[in-house]
Amino acid sequence: MSNVFMGMPTLPVFGDGNLHIEEPFPAAAHRELGNTQMRANLRHATHTIRDKRLKVVAELPDWEQLRDAGSATKNHVMANLPALLEEFETNFTARGGIIHWARDAQEANQIVADLIREQDTTEVVKVKSMATQEIGLNEYLEEQGISAFETDLAELIVQLGHDKPSHILVPAIHKNRTEVRDIFLAEMPNVDPNLTDEPRLLAMAAREHLRRKFLSAKVAVSGANFALADSGTLAVVESEGNGRMCLTLPETLITVMGIEKLLPTKDDLEVFMQLLPRSSTGERMNPYTSLWTGVTEGDGPQNVHLVLLDNGRTAALADKYGRTALNCIRCSACMNVCPVYERTGGHAYGSTYPGPIGAILTPLLTGIKSEENSTLPYASSLCGACYDACPVKINIPEILVHLRGEDVDSKRGEKKLPSQMDLMMKGGAWAFSSGKHLGLLEKGLPLGKLAGGRDKKIKRLPGIAAGWTQSRDIPAPPSQSFRDWWKKDHEPVAPINEQEKLTK
Amino acid sequence: MKIALFATCIVDAMYPQTARATVKILERLGHEVVFPSGQACCGQMHINSGYMDEALPVVTNHVKAFEAESYDVAVAPSGSCVASVKHQHPVLAERCGDSALKARAEAVGAKTYELSQLLVDVLGVTNAAEQLGSHFPHKVTYHPSCHGMRSLKLGDRQLDLLKSVAGIQVADLPEADQCCGFGGTFSLKNADVSSAMLQDKTKNIESTGASLCAGGDASCLMHIGGGLSRTKSDATTLHFAEILASTLDEPVSVTGEILVGKAGVR
Ligand code: SF4
Repeated sequence: MSNVFMGMPTLPVFGDGNLHIEEPFPAAAHRELGNTQMRANLRHATHTIRDKRLKVVAELPDWEQLRDAGSATKNHVMANLPALLEEFETNFTARGGIIHWARDAQEANQIVADLIREQDTTEVVKVKSMATQEIGLNEYLEEQGISAFETDLAELIVQLGHDKPSHILVPAIHKNRTEVRDIFLAEMPNVDPNLTDEPRLLAMAAREHLRRKFLSAKVAVSGANFALADSGTLAVVESEGNGRMCLTLPETLITVMGIEKLLPTKDDLEVFMQLLPRSSTGERMNPYTSLWTGVTEGDGPQNVHLVLLDNGRTAALADKYGRTALNCIRCSACMNVCPVYERTGGHAYGSTYPGPIGAILTPLLTGIKSEENSTLPYASSLCGACYDACPVKINIPEILVHLRGEDVDSKRGEKKLPSQMDLMMKGGAWAFSSGKHLGLLEKGLPLGKLAGGRDKKIKRLPGIAAGWTQSRDIPAPPSQSFRDWWKKDHEPVAPINEQEKLTK
Repeated sequence: MKIALFATCIVDAMYPQTARATVKILERLGHEVVFPSGQACCGQMHINSGYMDEALPVVTNHVKAFEAESYDVAVAPSGSCVASVKHQHPVLAERCGDSALKARAEAVGAKTYELSQLLVDVLGVTNAAEQLGSHFPHKVTYHPSCHGMRSLKLGDRQLDLLKSVAGIQVADLPEADQCCGFGGTFSLKNADVSSAMLQDKTKNIESTGASLCAGGDASCLMHIGGGLSRTKSDATTLHFAEILASTLDEPVSVTGEILVGKAGVR
């Protein structure tokens, strides 16, 4: 047990690390939209995964019940998190594992670096992990003179390319295979200079490169998909087997996991092992599922550590309308179906968590006031495709709207000039809160005709409305509102055709 | 049946012919239509933009307006506004700490239907040609708006009604279930992404060769029609209520004032 005491924070402790976006979403999106190669790659990749997912989901007659079960289990976990965490700690410790509690990214990074130094090494191999990306572990370790080697193929591509992941499951989704070949040729030591972009050859080159690392590393760092409270077991779900190598070969295994990853019992895996692979890669089952419980003498890692990470999760849990975001099992289905993500890519979201889940989770972890994170909840047309796809039924559109409300409310106290949006909403509240007001306003509609040209279309509007006319015309308003027509002509009832003549 | 019409603000102000078509259809079926005069807007624009305090009087007004009238069911020619009335109003009332308003909003919501929902589920209309005399000898395609499709789970109700209109030819829209990119103030706040989504939608519409794209939400249709008009497309948009209202004797009159794009039908 490390000496960091989590205690009861008096104020919500918000998260830090790779969660703070530096550029407002619309500006980042504008830039990314211009990258046509990325957009083509992304469209192809997301559409392929989408179709695969739909196919395997349709095979299960009880898919909706599975989603309900997954959602109910996670709600139960969040409602009983303190007790389940203690139960997990007791069982994990009893089997020889060591637990460390980390309040934020900084604490988690320090704990991991200290544990690595204890093993007298400056190299670690890594299993793909969102939590370690969230806390910026690789960058921190580099500052401390420790090299972390990503072993997941896509993570490796991103790392070698000095790039950032753009998808939580397929971090290099924005690269096509020719781009991958070029990265390997430029960055991979001892690579065959005649390497082509054939996927099999690319995978073989990566395997050779990684095999050397697996065999020499003394320490591995991983994340975890699930933690079972009743036995103290951790689980990693993956496709390539690189994770299995990391989890079994080195002497020391350090896992970093968010506190929300708990499941009460191993029986719960039945539900989640059906939900996760089908939702993420569109497979009935993933190739490798590794479960480990503490230390087994003479077999596998002999030093087994777990860093339990808060980093804003308690703050998110305290948000009544936002807390179900913690139910997320990081399957990535929501981003694969998202029309916004499909066009902007993951980098536009500026955080470890992109797409619809990122648009809610990031500001929930950091607080809505953090830098430009308040622009994230607006990065959605609220089409609802994410909610339909989510295996644990997180109502993402509703949470997006909730967070927009938090954003607007957080700015109310500020003594600034009201924005155009503020004025539009205030005016709208007057007009739309009474039939009389709206009726009065509609009387002015014929004036709107003046703004329309001879073709009765409005092509340029000022201010924020210019966003509309950048790609769309707007019709000049009609001479008479429905309300007026109804009042004048519907009683006594006259045939609509007669009325139509009147309006011309 | 006594049916209260919720015209919705955008139809009331910008597309009155859609509400008139709705009235026409319902009256043709022999029902009495009333128009609660206090009505204005569902408040969705405010709610979805995060202006909850400003949304509260709008929502309260809607609840009051529909409580003031006696009717059997209420109907709106918009999936999005009905979804807001049914789902968002109670949530907003709760958020603002008004549990009485929440209960009242739920009661109004329970009686409110989207037009195709009312026609198919309550009034038993499955064949527009036979039951409504609908006649529309044109090629159309159809975009299912997101809130109708996902929040209200309308399924193919609107599309099936369209297909049952005499003389119509309905072409499948590729990637129909993809959002058109409107999203209320999303179209202003994230205009670039919205436009990129719109571009794909209009391309898909044009690929069908239909001169009209029908739909069930005036706001999405204004956005899509505005995009088609900007790209000088021959195609434009039309609410499905107007197609259902069209008959051999009284064909839908589509004027330049009504349609954003070039009118496909005259
Ligand atoms: S929010 Fe739902 S769909 Fe998105 S990654 Fe999480 S579990 Fe998957």
